[in-house]
Amino acid sequence: MEKRVFFKGWMLPAMLVAPQLIISFIFFFYPSGQAIWNSLFLPDPFGLKTEFVGLDNFRFLLSDPYYLASFKTTIFFSTAVSVSSMALGLYLAALADRLIKGAGVYQTLLIWPYAIAPAIAGVLWLFMFNGNIGLASYYLKALGYEWNHTLKGDQAMFLVILASSWGRISYNFLFFLAGLQAIPKSIIEAAAIDGASFWKRFGTIVIPLLSPITFFLLVVNIVYAFFDTFGVIHTITSGGPEQSTTILVYKVFSDGFVSQDLGSSAAQSVILLVLVGILTVIQFKYIERKVHY
Amino acid sequence: MKQLKALICSIALFAMFAGTTAQAKTEIQWWHAFGGRLGELLNEQVEKFNASQDKYTVVHTRKGNYSETLNAGIAAFRAGQHPNILMVFEVGTASLMAAKGAYVPMYQLMKDAGQRFNPKGFVSAVSGYYTTTDGKMLSMPYNSSTPVLWVNKDLMKKAGLDPEMDLSTWKKVGNALDAAKAKGIDMPFCTCWHSWVHLENFSAYHNIPFATKANGFAGLDTELAFNSPVHIKHIQTLGKWAQEGKFKYMGRRNEAGKNFRAGECMLMTESSAGYAGIKKQAKFEFGIRHLPYYGATAAPQNTIIGGSSLWALSGKSKEENKATAAFLAFLSGTDIQAKWHQDTGYLGVTTAAAKKTKSSGFYKSNPGTDLAGIQMMRNKVTQNSKGLRLGSFDQIRGIIDEEMEGVYSGKKTAQVALDSAVKRGNILLRRFERANK
Repeated sequence: MEKRVFFKGWMLPAMLVAPQLIISFIFFFYPSGQAIWNSLFLPDPFGLKTEFVGLDNFRFLLSDPYYLASFKTTIFFSTAVSVSSMALGLYLAALADRLIKGAGVYQTLLIWPYAIAPAIAGVLWLFMFNGNIGLASYYLKALGYEWNHTLKGDQAMFLVILASSWGRISYNFLFFLAGLQAIPKSIIEAAAIDGASFWKRFGTIVIPLLSPITFFLLVVNIVYAFFDTFGVIHTITSGGPEQSTTILVYKVFSDGFVSQDLGSSAAQSVILLVLVGILTVIQFKYIERKVHY
Repeated sequence: MKQLKALICSIALFAMFAGTTAQAKTEIQWWHAFGGRLGELLNEQVEKFNASQDKYTVVHTRKGNYSETLNAGIAAFRAGQHPNILMVFEVGTASLMAAKGAYVPMYQLMKDAGQRFNPKGFVSAVSGYYTTTDGKMLSMPYNSSTPVLWVNKDLMKKAGLDPEMDLSTWKKVGNALDAAKAKGIDMPFCTCWHSWVHLENFSAYHNIPFATKANGFAGLDTELAFNSPVHIKHIQTLGKWAQEGKFKYMGRRNEAGKNFRAGECMLMTESSAGYAGIKKQAKFEFGIRHLPYYGATAAPQNTIIGGSSLWALSGKSKEENKATAAFLAFLSGTDIQAKWHQDTGYLGVTTAAAKKTKSSGFYKSNPGTDLAGIQMMRNKVTQNSKGLRLGSFDQIRGIIDEEMEGVYSGKKTAQVALDSAVKRGNILLRRFERANK
């Protein structure tokens, strides 16, 4: 039997939920409504006149090969960022978990990069790989490898993935470490006594027990790669060369705020809204089932 | 203790008076895109104006690069927080012209304020860009430049070349680059502003259309036309040089200027206004040459301008508009213009300033600084060499830059890239036409 609390009257409950409702309305429903409304219009940049165009903005977008390519770019980019930062985070956490001396220092140092804002991280990596003054590009050149991410799309992609994953490793490390420490030592010791090797124990005990955390991190990392990497991309490549690092959210920005095409930008926001909705449903409906709490 | 009290009282009193005098002045805002040396020179002009009279104060703010400044201005206009004066680069001209109601036309502003102002005093090759087809001036030309060829004479010598050799055609430039590469020069050629130099000015210089309808001057239904055989040949040449390591791509804007000033790049195509920075930083002997052309066309036409003009945005009080008019009239004064021209390498945009500079002997003691002016005004302008007036052009330039990156990296041929740029650009022109009908 579930426990339920009943309120007399409706004033108190209404007041209790009001703050949450107001915040959701101001920061979610109102802007989303605006985006949907604006996506049906073609305004001039100055907002002096506007024309109702129905679904023309969407038609315009879906016939643009660069917009469709941006989907692929986004999928590749967010997968690469999530997988690489989670794998490295888990690896480092597994190492830190086994440390006996100096664990505190090691853990603190590993958390540092998380404190750096994405835009600053972008600038730092940009300095290292700058074609004129970058240390990394200088050494690559000495090794006979021509580095020019302003011209080569794959290099630009590599660089934004590197810069975006870097700070994220700390975050993932922190959660994985907490997860690892929460696993009862007795279970692992019991398996060891039964003769299970390290990898056997890691695969059959640790990974399944970490699955709630892994699932949580997967959701958070994908959201991060989708939206929060904006600063990194803006500072390092501005979406270039040839739009090879233009992820969906960057395209919303560059079409809306650089090119002043607000109709198209609003339509892209709507598409993004739907996409994120679908992703969330998939994650909770299908992947969460495989997670053991 | 008493002394301290007296001190505080006098500070408070002073602050009060300072406050009242500042309030009596009309303050106007100017948003611009100049940092570095140019920013210092701009600040000088503003300070001079503020000191020259006691009715108005101009406050200037840098809003980032040209595109960022335009976008900041547009966003502020939508929010009703816009400045009195907005610097808009030539690429944004058509967008502003179409936004009737967002600005007070220059001729109107001057008339309303009773300010003496002579639009005929401007060099027509410059003012034509900002004037309607029926002769009404809409914004005030501020800085205008045109692309030239910059030569690092020390590197030329290192490459075993005569630093004074003929570099008037692209073929001769190509030969020089071959020689430089053979001698192990790392960066024989670099360029800034790819679309502006190698397509926009290239078209005017060879007297071929960049877009139909007189490059957009004759109507919004213009279409891009920069995929002609001559254009393709040139871009293909650049692509070939990039593949052979003779031309290094450094970025879409003026990033390559850094390499030239550092003495790494031998030949660079850049705005004549690169002068301010190069003169200050170059630790080598440099020279200025006319932009090269293809010998097949008899003689080059003229090049067109790049740079910015100042727009008076609408929705301001009469008093503030008066201040704006006074400041803009001050900026177009001969002394200010002549100094600006000589310090920066931008063109002297008024005839009087150009004359004054000539008679002062500046061109003699600074050889090459007059080339930009000559190159722009050497012929009677044609439909193809008057300038460009295309909507969404900032975006179209972005598209052109993207496609050219494809050529330089060897992924696309010039034909494929330019055809695609024209096709994608035309879609935006149609969208702009539709939004501004």
